[in-house]
Amino acid sequence: MKTFKKLYLAAVLIFLYAPIAVLIVYSFNASETRAVWGGFSLKWYGELLHDESILQALYVTVSVAALATLAATVLGTLAAVGIHSMKAGMRAVFMNITNLPMLMPDIVTGISLMILFLFARVPRGYGTMLMAHITFDTPYVIFSVLPRLKRMDKNLYEAALDLGCPPAQALKKVILPQIMPGVVTGALLSFTMSLDDFAISYFTSVRTQNLSMLIYSMTRRKVPPTINALSTVMFLTVLALLLLITGRSNKADKAATK
Amino acid sequence: MKRSSFAFPYGLWMLMFTVVPIFLIFYYAFTFMGEFTLENFQMFLEPEFLGILGHSLYLAALCTALCLLVGYPAALFLAGRDFKRSHIIVVLFVIPMWMNFLLRTYAWMTLLEDTGIINRFLEWIGIGRKKLMYTESAVLMGMVYNFLPFMVFPVYSVLAKSDYRLIEAANDLGANGAVTFWRVTLPLSVPGIVSGVTMVFMPAVTTFVIPRLLGGGTFMMFGDLIENQFLTVGDWNFGSALSLIMMALILVSIGILNRFDPDGQAEGSGVL
Repeated sequence: MKTFKKLYLAAVLIFLYAPIAVLIVYSFNASETRAVWGGFSLKWYGELLHDESILQALYVTVSVAALATLAATVLGTLAAVGIHSMKAGMRAVFMNITNLPMLMPDIVTGISLMILFLFARVPRGYGTMLMAHITFDTPYVIFSVLPRLKRMDKNLYEAALDLGCPPAQALKKVILPQIMPGVVTGALLSFTMSLDDFAISYFTSVRTQNLSMLIYSMTRRKVPPTINALSTVMFLTVLALLLLITGRSNKADKAATK
Repeated sequence: MKRSSFAFPYGLWMLMFTVVPIFLIFYYAFTFMGEFTLENFQMFLEPEFLGILGHSLYLAALCTALCLLVGYPAALFLAGRDFKRSHIIVVLFVIPMWMNFLLRTYAWMTLLEDTGIINRFLEWIGIGRKKLMYTESAVLMGMVYNFLPFMVFPVYSVLAKSDYRLIEAANDLGANGAVTFWRVTLPLSVPGIVSGVTMVFMPAVTTFVIPRLLGGGTFMMFGDLIENQFLTVGDWNFGSALSLIMMALILVSIGILNRFDPDGQAEGSGVL
């Protein structure tokens, strides 16, 4: 039975990894067409470094994700603190508005924002893409921070105020340290959602392309082999990051159990 | 200053970028040339469009069923006590999910194309080339591949958190493996199944990238149709009506699914 379970999990993992493995192998193929194996070569990696459109898209992807995460984290954390101290009726309104983008399919979110920008005659590019990303990122921050606030002892904040601490400082020194893990989770979620987004960026930006949009437009024309090299680099980056994170959390787990 | 006012910048932002855009969709869906009409919805009742919706629902349901069929055992085995290092295997399931979604779909294009690995293998064993790309099966394959982790994780996280003593108790009381699974494990995993089905069905029914890339535009899905109305046809009114229909569809399916999980325990992002 255990062997069967092992084989089953192995089969599913092969299904998940085979396509990625093929891309990695092709990235070392010297031949331009995928039909022929032209020997081992690193030339596509060299071309990747000089491909202006890919580098530009990479810059757009990372900078939009970083800026959107920053804005969403500030906006969302403040909002969570505010929502937490609201009366039931008002809170319901805010929570429904926060739930909306989570329930809406990406394509509808993208299209509704596209209509807004066209309606307001705002040219769609980097700025509109950033605004769209902030919009879909912020709910993730709120949903990560709110549970932390609920678990917090609210007397602490009151005590700080009673002892003469101004509200802004109490927020910084009493509330923020306690909700920090939620803030970090929210920020990480935002960042990954932004990095991977295609549908919403596709509708909210025309002039500026992120990586997903570039790959999409490439697959509709003749696909350059540099895309395989790009896949390999991205896969290895993700792999390294995840191993680092799990390695650290395992260490932390072990330290905690000791 | 009241603390609740901290939420006002966010409220203003969402008013601008969520409430107003939705209002605009409603406006376009119920008007034509600025006048109130239901024609946009009536247009949808034509067999052509109903057919597209039906076909999308069918493919999404098939994709969800396949994900459940393949993903449930995987989640069950991962949550079991057989593997000492199951958390490492769980990470292995996460990694492909972090690859760019477009790249993952593109990877399937290289596998399925006429001169791709699979076809060359078929040729080598003597079956000969088959047309794999730009078919419905290719689209289904791409959807299962992309959404499978969304089924595995919710089920896994519910099962991993459930009380193992319940299973031991069932065994002690004489239940065999099958009975224990049917009467104890499966009911325990219902919240996971509910959120897994939601997380697979929703993106499957709304996707327009996968049918575009792997189906090559040979047939349309509902997401395609919407994108087409806005970017190619330029009929915002009909496109908006379709968007509303899609949203209604999703809200209804979430409502139905939640009935299976009345306690609202379903959660998905536990692993991440």
